Amino acid sequence: MLEITNLHATVGGPDNPTPILKGLTLHVPAGEIHAIMGPNGAGKSTLANVLGGKPGYDVTAGSVTFNGQDLLSLEPHERAAAGLFLGFQYPVEIPGVSNVQFLREALNAQRKARGEEPLSGGEFLKLAKDKAALLQMDMDMLKRQVNVGFSGGEKKRAEMVQMGILGPRFAVLDETDSGLDIDALRIVGAGINSIMRAPDKAVLLITHYQRLLDVVKPDKVSVLADGRIVETGGPELALRLEAEGYDAVMA
Amino acid sequence: MTLATLPTRRDEAWRYADMDGLARLGVAALDQWQAIDVGAGESVTRCLIVGSDAPELHRFRVTLGEGARAAFFVTNAGQDYTRVEMEVHLAKGAHFEFGGVTIGGGDSTREFVTQVVHAEPEATSNQTVRAVHWNTGTGNFLGEIKVARHAQKTDAAQDFKALLLEAGASANAVPQLEIFADDVKCAHGATVGELDEAARFYMMARGLDPATAQRLLVQAFIGDAFVALDDADEHARLLDAALSALEGARL
Repeated sequence: MLEITNLHATVGGPDNPTPILKGLTLHVPAGEIHAIMGPNGAGKSTLANVLGGKPGYDVTAGSVTFNGQDLLSLEPHERAAAGLFLGFQYPVEIPGVSNVQFLREALNAQRKARGEEPLSGGEFLKLAKDKAALLQMDMDMLKRQVNVGFSGGEKKRAEMVQMGILGPRFAVLDETDSGLDIDALRIVGAGINSIMRAPDKAVLLITHYQRLLDVVKPDKVSVLADGRIVETGGPELALRLEAEGYDAVMA
Repeated sequence: MTLATLPTRRDEAWRYADMDGLARLGVAALDQWQAIDVGAGESVTRCLIVGSDAPELHRFRVTLGEGARAAFFVTNAGQDYTRVEMEVHLAKGAHFEFGGVTIGGGDSTREFVTQVVHAEPEATSNQTVRAVHWNTGTGNFLGEIKVARHAQKTDAAQDFKALLLEAGASANAVPQLEIFADDVKCAHGATVGELDEAARFYMMARGLDPATAQRLLVQAFIGDAFVALDDADEHARLLDAALSALEGARL
């Protein structure tokens, strides 16, 4: 479903490029939840941002295909319409725009790009209510401005509600577990399972900790270090990392 | 009374004006004052959309009786020099509300020039102006507040924010406070900034195309100016006029 081949990427612009990804290769087939772990500065967030198409990240070599399509040639909103969802490590506050308006416009923009009919106000609200309930989020929060005044945990929960409403085929979740207390972590983990655990969907789950993986249970775990995937294994690899640390496992 | 000559940029209230546009209007336009008298305890609300492809000057003299209320909401989307002036005189306990938006590209100047005189005690005024410009368009807010010596318990506020969508556009804010009473509140603030790129990417990552993301962000930005306008139809009319001016703006 997602095939990343020999990906090289820099940040800092053309005048002062700093290489971050240095030949990253990773294949994630449909039906798979693939966890990415790695030390700070390894390039995990850069990988997420490059996949999402964030300005300021320059791909200097390699390719990414998504369902056979050249992902890197698409604008960020075209990637979303193609079924890619980027869960932000730091969700952005948008004062003056309500979650309901934002998500309805976003969903209908995606549907339009796919040649589907827009959802009516009523249809949208029903969908939003269902997904908010799934993540145990009060519907009143969805009427508030996007992420404004939300705690760190509420922002992450709201990201998952957005994912539920938009219904992507592939989710790249960048440290969705950071800032969550233990109960919220269980709710978010269960949300990922119920929204994305399907034979025709897949997830790239970037995380530092085993505790989210206890709930989500990845099929594969890869270690990202210095811009490359250095090891791939089953769920037991994450347990080894948790017990022994990156240095010991990568040595 | 007819003024013998046009003002010059040395006159403080015409400092950022388009003198060529004014010359095309001619001296006679300067005499066209609209007088609005609001009797004691009465309330007046005016909603205006101004601006066309020719220069326009709209001058209002508003006199508020004791406890009277006047609210003006204006979308200034001129494609040529467009100036709205308000001279407001407040009696005891009166309130003046002003919400203005200047929006546009090209090379035109749009401006609001207000002089609010708190002549008696306990009057309040609140002015909120938002400016959105691109190309080499300009938005100005010249706001003068005068508080007479015995006008104690005056509460006057003015707030200006400009959003410049590209280098070359400009905004000028000239707050002028002349306060002779000692027990008053007078607040003023002015900021000039660019579109929040983080918010724009966040919206695109959810599927909104660049124009829709920009429209939502601009809508949220200018919304502050019309917060105090309760009439939903008029609110929508002013907002739509502003947002339709945005079509064709630089993304």
